[in-house]
Amino acid sequence: MPQIGVDEWVAQSGERRDEGTGLRRVLHELDTRVAWWQRLALAALVGVAFGLTTNNVNLLTVGFTCLLYAVLSLGLNVAAGWSGLLDLGYIAFVGFGAYGYAIFSSTALGTDGSGGAHLAAFFSLPIVMIAGGLVGVLVGLVALRLEGDYLAIVTLFVGQAFVEIVNNVDPGTLGGVNGIYSLDSLHGLSGNVSTPRGYFFVALIVVVLLAWLLHLLDTSRTGRAWRALRDDPLAASAMTIPVNKLKVMAFSFSAAIGALGGALFAAQQGSVFPTNFTESILILIFACLVLGGAGSIAGAIAGGIIVWALEQMLSSPTDAGYLFYGLILLALFLRIRPLWKFFAVLAGIVVFGLVAHAIVGAISSSATAGHPGSFGWIGSAVKNWVIVPSDPISYGNILFVLVIVLVLVLIRLQGNARLLLVVPTVYLAACCWESRLIVNPAITTQIMLGVILIVTMAARPNGLLGTRRVEVV
Amino acid sequence: MQVFIQTLVNGLVTGCLYALIALGYTMVYGVLKLLNFAHGDVYMVGAYIGYFVIQWFGGPNHLAIPVPLLIVFMLLIAGLGTGLLGVAIERFAYRPLRDAPRIAPLITALGVSFVLENTVLLLFGGFQRSYNTTDFISDTNGIHIAGAHIDSVEIMIVVLTAVLCYGLVQLVNRTTLGKSMRAVASDREAAEMLGINVDRTIALTFFIGSVLAGVAGVMSGLEFQTISATIGFLAGLKAFTAAVVGGIGSITGAVVGGIVIGMCEAFSLSYISEKYSDLIVFGILIVTMLVRPTGIFGRRALQKV
Repeated sequence: MPQIGVDEWVAQSGERRDEGTGLRRVLHELDTRVAWWQRLALAALVGVAFGLTTNNVNLLTVGFTCLLYAVLSLGLNVAAGWSGLLDLGYIAFVGFGAYGYAIFSSTALGTDGSGGAHLAAFFSLPIVMIAGGLVGVLVGLVALRLEGDYLAIVTLFVGQAFVEIVNNVDPGTLGGVNGIYSLDSLHGLSGNVSTPRGYFFVALIVVVLLAWLLHLLDTSRTGRAWRALRDDPLAASAMTIPVNKLKVMAFSFSAAIGALGGALFAAQQGSVFPTNFTESILILIFACLVLGGAGSIAGAIAGGIIVWALEQMLSSPTDAGYLFYGLILLALFLRIRPLWKFFAVLAGIVVFGLVAHAIVGAISSSATAGHPGSFGWIGSAVKNWVIVPSDPISYGNILFVLVIVLVLVLIRLQGNARLLLVVPTVYLAACCWESRLIVNPAITTQIMLGVILIVTMAARPNGLLGTRRVEVV
Repeated sequence: MQVFIQTLVNGLVTGCLYALIALGYTMVYGVLKLLNFAHGDVYMVGAYIGYFVIQWFGGPNHLAIPVPLLIVFMLLIAGLGTGLLGVAIERFAYRPLRDAPRIAPLITALGVSFVLENTVLLLFGGFQRSYNTTDFISDTNGIHIAGAHIDSVEIMIVVLTAVLCYGLVQLVNRTTLGKSMRAVASDREAAEMLGINVDRTIALTFFIGSVLAGVAGVMSGLEFQTISATIGFLAGLKAFTAAVVGGIGSITGAVVGGIVIGMCEAFSLSYISEKYSDLIVFGILIVTMLVRPTGIFGRRALQKV
């Protein structure tokens, strides 16, 4: 519990009031009783158990990537979450680390495809981190003159400039658009990490160590000063907090962690390309941080895991189906009260679909001749429910636009009209999903991610685990 | 000399397009203090609407109506379409976040940009499409100066940009709507207390900004011909640079910044190196920001405690 009277306490007054009873109460009790190191140990144990029991190579790689994004969003958290510096050039530091590792672990420094540095990991990783930190200092020094949005703009261009540089400068070493490939795996002493399980554990160790160090940093004098800087730079400097030094520090810490993440990424992928470090990856990292809750270590880690798990689920048609129908059910369940109305709406959707399918099928048999995109039991369950014509593409496109319009109308409606409109909207969304969206998983993933960002921001601007702050005006 | 003048013309034309997009950034920043990352994608949608208007009237080779009428239709439909899109984005994505922490609408803007770009990818495919302008507008007519050639589309772009900018300045300075826009920009709460309909003013600002982006989209389609779902990002970024170099929030600044960026790009393309033209543009931005952190025409805001 925060101390009585501090900003956080004031902000939580509403929460205290509706804390209520039941499950929520129990969870809250647990939340206040379990110390941070116990939680970290528990999370680490879960990670170890996952790593030891899973034999599926794909799953282990997904696990690695989840943890990698956790590392990246932890690094971004130092600048954007704690210090309030909107660093849109973070991806440049990640790329810098990845390219740094690639140069030291390949033939890039050699001649004619042989030779090169081939440093051991316990040399190359610290070098990359320190170099990344120094680049962070440079960018931080530039950033001192800028505030707020202007900082965001200039750092955005730093990120863009990084891609241009690795694309164009010194193709002999950096490889231009072809990137650098056939990198060494992480190796040192006599060990060599080469299996997906190995990389998963490396990432797990990095995340746990980082979480531990960052927690110490967060509760230290520096951490408090960063938060003071974020909430009100002017007041902070009036309290003799060295604002400039702290800004540069935040940049360089976040850059060093970003570089470490980049190096892990490069080692696991075995190659680096300029396209690995574009804006869309930056947006993904920001999504992790903001979804989890900027300013919270647990939030940053959770965000990384959730976003990447979502991305993975969405790219496999079966899982994407579960996710799509599951989210709709969950949203209806949470938003429609009392319970009988929820069941009435569900029944309405099912009946509406059966009737619509029967009518359309009676008018024209080719209109229902197509197969739903889902496989497995979902596919057979909805086969006689959704309308999928034999040529689903343009039909699905029209439906997609229609569903967007319906959802927007739905947001504006109130009361029973809304409940009535939910029925056709959900049904049409399902038709659109089965006929069009599931066919292009790559694009659907991006659309869904964008929608999730928008919805999360509207519902919880502070993220899932973020703390509400009193904005001082 | 010929290369120099041709470069100057190219710079002016691209600069005008950047200026039109930059105006949208700058106006939205003025009233909401929001960097609307989705603006570049609104421009892209405008280019697509223009493309479909051409197809609708029979395609570039078999136009059913005279060319000037076609261009008017393209501009009107694309402008109206993107304008409504802008209003919808504001209404459903940004308005719920008026009082949220500053970072929230920024992330929403990134999300909107994601959704727009990928929706276009989903609906119209990832391949490039071409306006095929040369099939219905001859590129040999126009003005010749000292060996350099300015074709009719380029003349239209420059004239239309000048007209639109003049109109916008008049709108902001002379009309009631402009007055309420300026009031909302300088203090939203106070404006609301004085009876200004803030929601309507912000929606109209988005409408005007998005119309300009849509017009820019159509004109860039006519000039450069190829369009794809991804053109929005880079064009948005450059226009954004233009708005910042000029001083974000200032209309004159956006126009001057747009032309500066267009010129820099054209000159580095023809005199230095194609590879480094983007880097040079970004370098200019960073140097400008360091010398004048608020841009050429930007005013430094007083820090109030």
